Amino acid sequence: MARMKFLCDADRCIECNACVTACKNEHDVPWGINRRRVITLNDGKPGERSVSMACMHCTDAPCAAVCPVNCFYTTGDAVVLHSKDICIGCGYCFYACPFGAPQYPRLGNFGSRGKMDKCTYCSGGPEADLSEAEYVKYGSNRLAEGKLPLCAEMCSTKSLLAGDGDVIAQIYRERVLQRGYGSGAWGWRTAYRETVTI
Amino acid sequence: MMNLRSAVFAIALAATCGVAASPLRAQAQPAPQAQTTPEAAQPPQQQVQVPPPPPRQSVTEDMLLRENDRIIGRVSIPDTRLAFLEQPQGRTWRRFNETWAPWILGLSVILPLLALLLLYMFRGAQRYERDASPIYVIRYSAFERFNHWMTATSFVILALTGLNYVFGKRLLMPLMSPGTFGDFSQIAKYAHNFFAWPFILGVLVMIVVWTRDNLPRRVDLAWLRAGGGLFKDTTHLSAGRFNAGQKLLFWAVVLATLVTFGSGLALMFPLMFLDVNGMQLWGSIHSIAAALFIALIIGHIYIGTAGTEGSFGGMGSGEVDLAWARHHHDLWAEDAPRADPREDALPQPGHVSPPPHRT
Repeated sequence: MARMKFLCDADRCIECNACVTACKNEHDVPWGINRRRVITLNDGKPGERSVSMACMHCTDAPCAAVCPVNCFYTTGDAVVLHSKDICIGCGYCFYACPFGAPQYPRLGNFGSRGKMDKCTYCSGGPEADLSEAEYVKYGSNRLAEGKLPLCAEMCSTKSLLAGDGDVIAQIYRERVLQRGYGSGAWGWRTAYRETVTI
Repeated sequence: MMNLRSAVFAIALAATCGVAASPLRAQAQPAPQAQTTPEAAQPPQQQVQVPPPPPRQSVTEDMLLRENDRIIGRVSIPDTRLAFLEQPQGRTWRRFNETWAPWILGLSVILPLLALLLLYMFRGAQRYERDASPIYVIRYSAFERFNHWMTATSFVILALTGLNYVFGKRLLMPLMSPGTFGDFSQIAKYAHNFFAWPFILGVLVMIVVWTRDNLPRRVDLAWLRAGGGLFKDTTHLSAGRFNAGQKLLFWAVVLATLVTFGSGLALMFPLMFLDVNGMQLWGSIHSIAAALFIALIIGHIYIGTAGTEGSFGGMGSGEVDLAWARHHHDLWAEDAPRADPREDALPQPGHVSPPPHRT
């Protein structure tokens, strides 16, 4: 089985936010929620880079560890998913997540929140693959259709890579060797406890 | 529009000032994978002086984490609270939440229970000399009792639903299906949020009603020196309406409520007053303060029921035996308002008297 990962080649990201839009559109993501976002670092200064960030589907995921109702599970492709039927919207996963991936719809007063929503690596949730219930809660399941996450698929500069960790690491490694520079695999050490060595 | 304008401005700025721009920190740091390639080493034709920064010069993860202990940038989505890329503090919070919190909360429940069990086994309840036909005095008014029990009920619900965040998945979840536990925890979460309000109202009323009787007095020192007769019977300890132990409890409750309610309010309005690191900190403070609060209240429940003979009636029926009042609160007993005479001469131990009939 593949070990699915995301890798954002920040030296290629042009901050077009197409990944953000594609994700929102593909999954009909609720208003106010961003499963993916683009963060510009050192904005307007030398060395500026933009990084597209979503759930990294961590090894030993912190969100799963702190969840008080154990609603997280890891699929055979090492994708971290959760069940909205069990989730209570407490927000613990957001506090533990190093990348700010979990999001919550606002419901009513006193900051009361609905079920957590986050990147599913375009692979739905615990419901039957490609079912209506799955789409309503988690969005489309492209992995079940044999496709990769849409954000990476439609990235215009192929900055955002998705797929098996070894394969995308090799693509990135070749790029860095060819062009002579690379700002590294952002978030990899935190998420996977390893980085791409060139 | 703003982005376009700033981009044009940035290009213009780069064209005019790029040459003279002083090298910032980013340039001072060598890129990790920097390899000298012939293209980059050649200066562009148009430039007279130093070439503009080549694309290899980039911020790096390590550099930003060293600078600021988390990585913050700019986002163009409306939710600017998501402008951080990485916050490694989540790891610390995870360690607290999954390693420390269960121990702190678990011990703060088990240790007081164990200590009180031993105390009850070896010391027993604090007793007093009863009269053959006791006279009753009013210890707490109906309003005070209602307020106490409203606060107490809220506290117990808050404590149990709060403990569910930590121990639910460890103790309850194996007993039921994940979906059932999810539904239960959802209700528990709403209850935890909702009962905060009657609880704070109750404590505020307590502050208004009981502060005057809880101000320290000289006699409290002697009471404290004797340990309040908790471990061995003492002949005589002076106390007003509240003894020094009750005063300590009162002020501890006020303080603990301040901390738990304040931090709980921040948790109830997530990310409105605090950023993610603030939420982690105040969430942890909430857990620790709640643990101490629970331990304190376990002690309070013991002393108010099994630990002190005849004391429960004060908060139950509202009346206590005058002999009890003289024994425990001598400076208050004589001023205490008398209750209506009763028919039953001696209440059974543990017996809660019915409310007095008033005509």
